Order: sequence, then C-alpha cells, then structure tokens
Amino acid sequence: MTAAPLLEIRDLRAAFRGPSGFVEAVRGVDFTLNAGEVLGIVGESGSGKSVAMMALLQLLPAQARVSGSAKFKGRELIGMPQRQIRHILGREIGCIFQDPLSAFNPVLTIGAQIIEAIRLHDRKISKRAALAQTIDLLASVSIPEPERRAQQYPHEFSGGMRQRAMIAMALANNPSLLIADEPTTALDVTVQAQILDLLRRLAQERDIGMVLITHDLGVVASMARDISVMYSGRVVETGSADSVFYDTCHPYTRGLIAAMPSLESVGTLLTPIDGTPPSIFDRPQGCSFAPRCGYALPACHETDPELRQIGTTRAACLRAEEIAAGTVRPTAPLSESLPV
Amino acid sequence: MSLHNLTPPVLDVRNLSKVFPIGSNLLGTKPAQMLQAVSDVSFRVAQGETFGLVGESGCGKSTLGRCILRLIDPTQGEVLLAGTDITHLNAAEMRPLRQDLQIVFQDPMSSLHPGMTIRRILAEGLRLLKLDAQTEAARIAELISLVQLPADVADRYPHELSGGQRQRIGIARAISVNPKVIVLDEPVSALDVSIQAGLLNLLRSLQERLNIAYVFIAHDLSVVRYVSDRIGVMYLGRIVETGRASDLFDNPRHPYTQALLSAIPLADPRAERKRARTVLEGDLPSPLNPPSGCSFRTRCPRARPLCAAERPLLEDTAHAVACHFPDPAGTEATARATPSTLQTGEGA
Repeated sequence: MTAAPLLEIRDLRAAFRGPSGFVEAVRGVDFTLNAGEVLGIVGESGSGKSVAMMALLQLLPAQARVSGSAKFKGRELIGMPQRQIRHILGREIGCIFQDPLSAFNPVLTIGAQIIEAIRLHDRKISKRAALAQTIDLLASVSIPEPERRAQQYPHEFSGGMRQRAMIAMALANNPSLLIADEPTTALDVTVQAQILDLLRRLAQERDIGMVLITHDLGVVASMARDISVMYSGRVVETGSADSVFYDTCHPYTRGLIAAMPSLESVGTLLTPIDGTPPSIFDRPQGCSFAPRCGYALPACHETDPELRQIGTTRAACLRAEEIAAGTVRPTAPLSESLPV
Repeated sequence: MSLHNLTPPVLDVRNLSKVFPIGSNLLGTKPAQMLQAVSDVSFRVAQGETFGLVGESGCGKSTLGRCILRLIDPTQGEVLLAGTDITHLNAAEMRPLRQDLQIVFQDPMSSLHPGMTIRRILAEGLRLLKLDAQTEAARIAELISLVQLPADVADRYPHELSGGQRQRIGIARAISVNPKVIVLDEPVSALDVSIQAGLLNLLRSLQERLNIAYVFIAHDLSVVRYVSDRIGVMYLGRIVETGRASDLFDNPRHPYTQALLSAIPLADPRAERKRARTVLEGDLPSPLNPPSGCSFRTRCPRARPLCAAERPLLEDTAHAVACHFPDPAGTEATARATPSTLQTGEGA
C-alpha cells in the first residue's frame, strides 16, 4: 500500500496553563492509522488519552497549547483554521463519546439532530431527503422502528439506544475516520457487546478507520488491530494487539494485565500497581512510571526513555530487553509511595 | 464447604420483595404504578463467606442491598441477621444491630463527609462502641493500618486522598464496629484497574482475618467471580441462577448467565478471535411493565410459548436456575457438594 495513511500523528503535545507555567498533559504522542483499521488507545484516568484526541480535533479550550503534527489524509489538522476543521469534523471525521445523554440536545428530537448534522455539511439536500437518510441511518445501527424513534427525544431512549443514535449521527456524512472515546463504558455488558459488534461491523462494511479510546483491556483485545498504551501523557508501549498482550515488555502494561481480574484468576492474588499515577503538575524526573515500577534502576529516575523496538512491540523502558527475555524479576519500587 | 455445613447462616434473606409506587401525584388523584424492583429473593450467607450479586443496571441488586440493611423497608419477606428477624424492628430496636450490619458504597467521595478529617469520620462510627478517648485513638490508628494506609491520613480530609485511598477509608469505617456482615455495593467500580486490584486483595485479606460475611454487589462478572464463594445472578428483580462461583462460571445453565459470560470482553486477543458470542437482542424490559411468564423471554434465544405462559420457579438445588429449558446441571458430585441448607430459604 502506497497511499498516505488515514491519520498520521507525530510528536503531538498539549499543554495547559497551570499555577506555575504550562504543564503538558500530552507529551509527544505518535501513531499511524490506515483506512479500515482499528487502533486502540488504552490508559487509566489521567493518562492523556482523551486530551490527545481532543487536541488534534481542536476541541480543547483556546488557552491550551497544542503542537506537533496530525495529518488526516495528508492534510495538517494542527493549526488549521477553525472554519476548515469544522468542515472536516462531522463530515470526514465522526466522534462518539462516552455519555450520549450529554452529547445530544435534550430539547430536540433525535431525528432533528441527525437531520441537522446532515444538512450542516450538505446544504443542498432537502429536509425530506435528510429525514429519509436519517431513518436509514437509525436502521443501519439496528434501532427498531426508526420512523417512530426519530421523533423521540434523547430521554426517551435507553442508554444503549442513545449510544446507537450517537453512532448513527457520527456516521451521518459517511466519515472515513471515527474517533470513539470510551463508547461503551457507561453501558451494561450485554449492551456493550451489542455496541462493539455494531462498531466492528460498520468499520468493516464502510472501511472506516477507528481510534478506540478505552481503559478496558478486554475491549481493545476484542476490537483493535494495533494498541498503544498511554501513561502520564506518553505512549509507553505500542504494537499489534497480539504483541502487546503476549510479548509485553513495558512494566506498566504488564502491571495492567496482572491487575485485571479475569475469569481464570480465581484463587490467585491480583497484583495491584503500587502508588498512583503522578499529577501532571508534579511529574517525577526520568521515567514517570519509575516510582511505581518494580524493575526501576537508579538510571530510570534520571532519564525518560524513548520508545524503542523490542522484539515485536515498541516500548519506552530502559530495561525492556531484560524484561522481555525474562532475565529480571521485579522488586519493590525504589521510592516509597503511598499504597492506593 | 464443611464450614457451610456446620455454621448457621449469619445472613438469611427470605422471599424478599420490594415494590415502589411511582407516578402518583400529590393529591392522589392519579393512581400510582407499581414498580416491582425486587421479587421473592432468598439466599443465605455463612460467616466468612462472600455471596456475589450480579446483574445489569436496573435489575434490583442495589435495592436488594439497601433492603437488607433496612435503609429502605422491604415490602415483603424477612431478613434474619444471625437468627434474629430484623425486618420488623423499629429504629430504636434496630440501632444496636446496626453495628453487625455495615455497608460500603460505590462513591467514597459522596459517602465521606467532606468537612471532617478521616479521624473524625472514623470516630463517628466508633461512638456506637462508647470507647474512652485513648482506646478510640488506638482503634483509629489500628483501622488505618488494617486498610494499609499510612498513619498520617488520620488528619487529612477526604479530598486530599485518591479515590482508592478514600475507598479504603470507607472500608475502615465499615469494619470499625466489628460487623458480622458487610454489604459492598459496587465498591470498586469507580476505580482504575491497577487500583481496583489492591482493594479486592484488601477485602479478601480482611475477610480472612476478621471472618466477616460479604454481600458483594457488582455488575462486573470478573470482579464478582474473583471475590465470591457463591453467586446469584439477577434479572429484573429476580435471582435467575445461583450456585457456587465455580459451578456458575464453568457451567452456566441459564441462557441469561450464558449471555452475560459471553459478553465479557476478554483481555486476550487470540481467545477473543476464536470466541463464539451469544449477543442478546434488545434492551432490558421496563420493570414497570415486565413481560408475562419468564421475564427474560423477550431477549432469550430459547424462548418458547411455555415461557410466556408460566413463570419458571427457582429450583431448590445447589446450582439452581429459574428457567423452563436450562442446560443440565454439572455432575451429581458437584451438585451435592454444596449442602442444601445454604440454598434458597424454606419458603422458596
């Protein structure tokens, strides 16, 4: 494939004004996404995963400082004038958020809002045609009785149905890129399974590239082709889903996997990660995971390692080779930290 | 399991139901609709045992938890705490028993007083025990170390602690009065995985040490499996399957339990690709207008005419289901391994 990637991000940074100067919430994120692929971005609260996406879509407050490069089909999004980016957002890039109730206007019907989304980007389309298209969209996301549902208000939809409606709205203008930020976190497992199925099917049918942001390793394992794990504003490990899960070399990724209760982990003790993620106002020197890391050496507290190819994944860890080879065992973290 | 044989249940929930009248106006000119939040639920928990209650939002699991504590009064049925029926006690009679029955809520930020230091928060609960100042201070220090926090948190305020630390204080407060039973209502759902693991381990070690019975309410099946000895799966206010955690997970018999299990995304890409999925159609029906017969039939892949006509009863066996067409139970040996004393109450 010689075509330009759908989305190519290089050294993306986002900083906010803090009490003493700017603090970086996102510190140099790189990734590439091709059409029809799903990239999973995993991280816990505060890892910068959502801020990174909002930065490239220019959805952060104006005082935020964003730098780096984000090329969507070859066009640079960072620094693009608002007018132009609005033209792309909602038409070529669709967004799905965690909470569909706050994403919809409560006093307009679902149908009216989807029609608005269609007509905003296609001035020539008649209301009637837009309504027909809306009903087709609602049907395509498996909403039963789409004609009746289009006339209902957001509060009349259940959580799962609302999320489907939001997906329908995101797809209204046939986007080639979908950004889904925790799309199933607010939903029950059986409904989550329906929505993930739907996203998987739509991405395949329409050849949509998708960035899936989630804290749930299970969700990325079932959806993503590639995975990037974020910690404290940086990508600490990245690779294909299989390599990140089976050839894990970053201690944080290992920690996340070991901390998750699985259906098999009965009778064994889970391994929590000691301490808490650092505050963005007070990042430690060196590797920001070092204070919680069982493998940390004195050098880890001095230098912040870059992502390097280790076997099949890329990891930002000084000891990644040894960890991958299994020649080192974790000890207690060097610095004393509060249990959490 | 021999433990279950010998010890009487410390908590015995018998045919508990809760109906909320809703939608009536102030003058009473509009008749109220009846919302059946919990229907005829029975289970027993032995000392030192964990009974997990799982189900999706709206299945009645939290209402059930609150009914057990009498934070809301059940409409029907009884709750026996160490043999005493607490359902009909008034507030004054209930007061001394509150010590035996504690709760931990999901969101420790809203359940800890923001204007009190951790020391005062813990002292409030200890007032029940009427300790002298010195013993009280020692007890507070002991509690903080039991939940593995540094001693200096005593003088901090809730907002100064992280989510995981706050939930540890919620747990410290619950264990402070030496309860026999703690109802844990989604205690780890608000926390990140890496922090959740530490709390689950803490809950397990405290249980071993203090021999407390837990009723663990959660929507996350992997978490429930990790902590529970026995589990009840709820759907629209009823327990549809109950049994030992291992039986229920290895050999789920109710189609709803099977669908729930197959809906959990596994953190294992290879297994995920190979997996056969049962994706349920549709949403949970409204509890205001539940389906006739089996309440799961509207989403059930096995539903037949009988399911609409007649409600299946929960069996009175070790690994019980309420389904007209369930999968067979495991081998006889596993079925007998749990004594029937711990199954549903006499009235079931």
